[in-house]
Amino acid sequence: MAKITKDDVKRLADVSQIAMTDDEAEDYVAEMQSIFEFAAMLQELNTEDVEPTIHILPGTTMLRSDEPKHSLTQEEALKNAPEAKDGYFKVPSILD
Amino acid sequence: MSLFGYTIKELENKLHKKEISPSELVDLSFQQIHDVEDDVKAFITLNEEQARKQAKKLDDEPVNKAKLFALPIGIKDNIVTKGLRTTGASQFLNNFDDPLYDATAVERLKDEQVITIGKLNMDEFGMGSTTENSSYHVTRNPWNLNHVPGGSSGGSAAAVAAGEVLFSLGTDTGGSIRQPASFNGIVGMKPTYGLVSRYGLITFASSLDTIGPLTQMVEDNARILEIIAGHDPSDSTSAKREVTSYTDALTKDVKGLKVAVPEEYLGEGVDPEVKESVMNALQMLELLGVKWDKISMPHSKYAAATYYILSSAEASTALARFDGIRFGKRSNQAKNVDELFKQSRAEGFGDEVKRRILLGTFALSANNVEDYYKKAQKVRTLIRQEFQTVFETYDLVIGPSTPTPAPKIGEKTVDPVTVYANDLLTVPANLAGLPSLSLPCGFTEEEGLPLGLQMIGNHFAEQTIYRLAYAYEQATNHHKKRPALGGE
Amino acid sequence: MNFETVIGLEVHVELKTNSKIFSSSPNIFGAEPNSLVSPVDLGYPGTLPVLNEEAVNFAMKAAMALNCDINSHTFFDRKNYYYPDNPKAYQISQDEYPLAENGWIDIEVDGKKKRIGITRIHLEEDAGKLQHTEEGYSLVDYNRQGVPLIEIVSEPDIRTPDEAYAYLDKLKNIVQYTGVSDCRMEEGSLRCDANLSLRPVGQEAFGTKTELKNLNSFAFVRSGLEYEQKRQEKILLSGGEILQETRRYDERTKETILMRVKDDAEDYRFLPEPDLLPLHIDEAWKERIRQEIPELPDARKKRYIEEVGLPEYDAEVLTSSKEMSDFFEETIQLGADMKQASNWLMGDISGYMNKHLKELHELAITPEGLAKMIKLIDDGTISSKIAKRVFAHLVENGGDPEEFVKREGLAQISDEGQLREIVLEVLAENEQSVTDYQEGKGRALGYLVGQVMKATKGQANPPMVNKILKEEIDKQ
Ligand SMILES: [Mg+2]
Ligand SMILES: [Zn+2]
Repeated sequence: MAKITKDDVKRLADVSQIAMTDDEAEDYVAEMQSIFEFAAMLQELNTEDVEPTIHILPGTTMLRSDEPKHSLTQEEALKNAPEAKDGYFKVPSILD
Repeated sequence: MSLFGYTIKELENKLHKKEISPSELVDLSFQQIHDVEDDVKAFITLNEEQARKQAKKLDDEPVNKAKLFALPIGIKDNIVTKGLRTTGASQFLNNFDDPLYDATAVERLKDEQVITIGKLNMDEFGMGSTTENSSYHVTRNPWNLNHVPGGSSGGSAAAVAAGEVLFSLGTDTGGSIRQPASFNGIVGMKPTYGLVSRYGLITFASSLDTIGPLTQMVEDNARILEIIAGHDPSDSTSAKREVTSYTDALTKDVKGLKVAVPEEYLGEGVDPEVKESVMNALQMLELLGVKWDKISMPHSKYAAATYYILSSAEASTALARFDGIRFGKRSNQAKNVDELFKQSRAEGFGDEVKRRILLGTFALSANNVEDYYKKAQKVRTLIRQEFQTVFETYDLVIGPSTPTPAPKIGEKTVDPVTVYANDLLTVPANLAGLPSLSLPCGFTEEEGLPLGLQMIGNHFAEQTIYRLAYAYEQATNHHKKRPALGGE
Repeated sequence: MNFETVIGLEVHVELKTNSKIFSSSPNIFGAEPNSLVSPVDLGYPGTLPVLNEEAVNFAMKAAMALNCDINSHTFFDRKNYYYPDNPKAYQISQDEYPLAENGWIDIEVDGKKKRIGITRIHLEEDAGKLQHTEEGYSLVDYNRQGVPLIEIVSEPDIRTPDEAYAYLDKLKNIVQYTGVSDCRMEEGSLRCDANLSLRPVGQEAFGTKTELKNLNSFAFVRSGLEYEQKRQEKILLSGGEILQETRRYDERTKETILMRVKDDAEDYRFLPEPDLLPLHIDEAWKERIRQEIPELPDARKKRYIEEVGLPEYDAEVLTSSKEMSDFFEETIQLGADMKQASNWLMGDISGYMNKHLKELHELAITPEGLAKMIKLIDDGTISSKIAKRVFAHLVENGGDPEEFVKREGLAQISDEGQLREIVLEVLAENEQSVTDYQEGKGRALGYLVGQVMKATKGQANPPMVNKILKEEIDKQ
């Protein structure tokens, strides 16, 4: 089990789209380290021929018939939006 | 009169005979809230105006065929309610005043004309086991206000135990119904995965999440599950099968039932008083004609680690939709979209939620996915298989619901691994998708804190669980004890 | 050094089901913003996806028409990335177990036939639409969120930009024939990303590829690839190195512009979608869909040649788009002469489409109109010259050609008495020409015919004019 560093935590935060200061990241390092060590116990088990469990229920997925239904009005759709304009959700510019 | 000690059936009878009106019933609820809520703090949002208005309307209506006519209930705040604020105990959803739709379970209760008293406190998005991870306030255990109510459905359990509502809905991803039910001396059921629709339950971990009832008594629990269970065309993971009557099953004979007691459930770390209460319960079951054996389930010890990897991985993607665009928190610090996402999430999520998202992102990253996420999925298979083997011989698996009684507030938030390890008795049922119920089986000597007995059944064996739980409850007096709160 | 070009194409096609793939919201193009959304489409907390059966049917139909094998056991996965048009911050797509694999398309470039492999086709949901404003903010419309998509990934079998063009053209044609999509690039119901790499001739290993985006027409795909091919060649010849980049095609300069250099592979943290169970497709289901696949272009072409008796060239042109071919079939079904229908479609109609850059469905003329017009020609009501005028009207305004001919008085004069009167007048006024003709100057007859046509505004029946002229001159 490799050591978790502050940079690792910051990278994870970045991928997870969570702003994090160096100090905050530092606070997570020890905790994350101990969680990963705890999780590492699974490596003890031999799972070579074991199928992963993805779903509990057996069978094929449910299918819906192709009947269109109107759901929300534009007004309802935008009701909880922090910012809206002319029927659209408004967001700040995209920086590439 | 108070809500204590009445079953749904008894209250419906009183309503029918006009011994009490819907408004008076709702008043009982708000009277109790008035008396104890300052201490317990079970609610995030109260729905008083609407509730009274609805009760008034029902006053003029004949007690019709609705099965839960005018009963005052509470709903965990991660279950969405149309027109009623739903926060998941997160600041991210502090302003989520109208989720625009009802969860299917809520809709089914509303069809039976329940009255929603309010939305109940919890650990943020269900992540925690003390309700201390709520971003609103700490809920206190009605049995001893210095103790936690457990979690994540801490508010759901405390409100029922404190007599603020007749029953509540909770959710259980790794023990979040059973553990608080145990800590609060009430009955909590986590149904078979897929029995109750998850539509409208704010997802924590899709493959583990369940909705279930918390009640004072087993009979009510069976009655509510009967109503909220059943296939839902809005949830692709909801099971397509007839729901059998759970209330009809209650009084069936338990003689000859075979029960397995895994030694791992009574091992190291389990409080002696907890063990003793379970042993006493087993003695009582023997008197009822139940046979039990001690068995071994060696994979149990891997359940908590498996659970944390899987639930965090799923949560890291499920909570990605909280981006500050369509609902909820938006940081006013953001100058571009990247900052909008990052700042809104940084400001909206609490520490534990962030921790799990980081863990989940880690477990799913290309470099780690084999060793963590996929490995855990395979161990999950081993844990399921172990249960299947046991159920070839036994009807139920029984053990304590929690290794200890409710800890003190602030006591256990230090090391996340210790906190996570405390879920070891409840997470196996979630990993295997099995139904599992907790009901009162005693109290601690010194502080009088409730203890819970856990019964785990095979898939869709809710009938068997309710049957044995009811027999045990009727043979004991634990469920008749009340917390010594105001309003008695 | 000589290089070989290797091109792969990724095509997204929107399926025209009535409702979206994972919610019941209507699947309609061009509605008011955010008027076709449900809590599911908005990624509201607690909402769950439910698969639309018709989306699976449509995807299977397209995949079968593209000669793919349908997998009996398929799966949906979450593809995680944050973007404002992606409301759940994951797209429900298929990663490890796609719906279909191992297909192919036969193309023809410069008379050479070639088979291009299709690696896989998978089913997924479309995203919303993001609009950037001058004022520095963006607007999001989620109407498109959840529209069913198939992603068609080609094998790296394509060697030239022309082959890429031919592949896209054929792919579009086949998918349109199945009826599961309009494949309109201008509405975004067909979208294409391309990747291109070079390798020294004879080398087996692929070179580093670049990915091209913003290719809004097949012509732009070709032109973008042509540019990219030259750009990479120049770098390699000067000893440089190709970087793994995503590049944007600029329609104005016809160049590709660097968008971003890819660091490692993007990590989408795929995980099996826990909210949907696996999708099992049994043989009976596959067979049912197979039965529903209509005649495809290659089969139709063969039929036109062998059964309808069209020349190969005509059959090729007519079947090169489903619209054209369906138009043709409808026209002849209405009783129009097959050869004439084919000529009008390949001649004037195609000419008009090319000149105005329009698709057949955008023209006002209908199969009914064309069939009637051909009948009017056949029965002598209008001359082929007048027919050009009628067509010019029909193609712009549509409607009933018969009425138009009546209203405008365009019907041919075939009344012998009336024509004879006019002929006599013309002869009286052009004595010199009559003399010329009688003296053996054949050209003079043509002039006289012209004068009759002029006098009748082109409506005289030409064979009759000829006949009467000769009769009257002979009498003199
Ligand atoms: Mg792709
Ligand atoms: Zn795609």
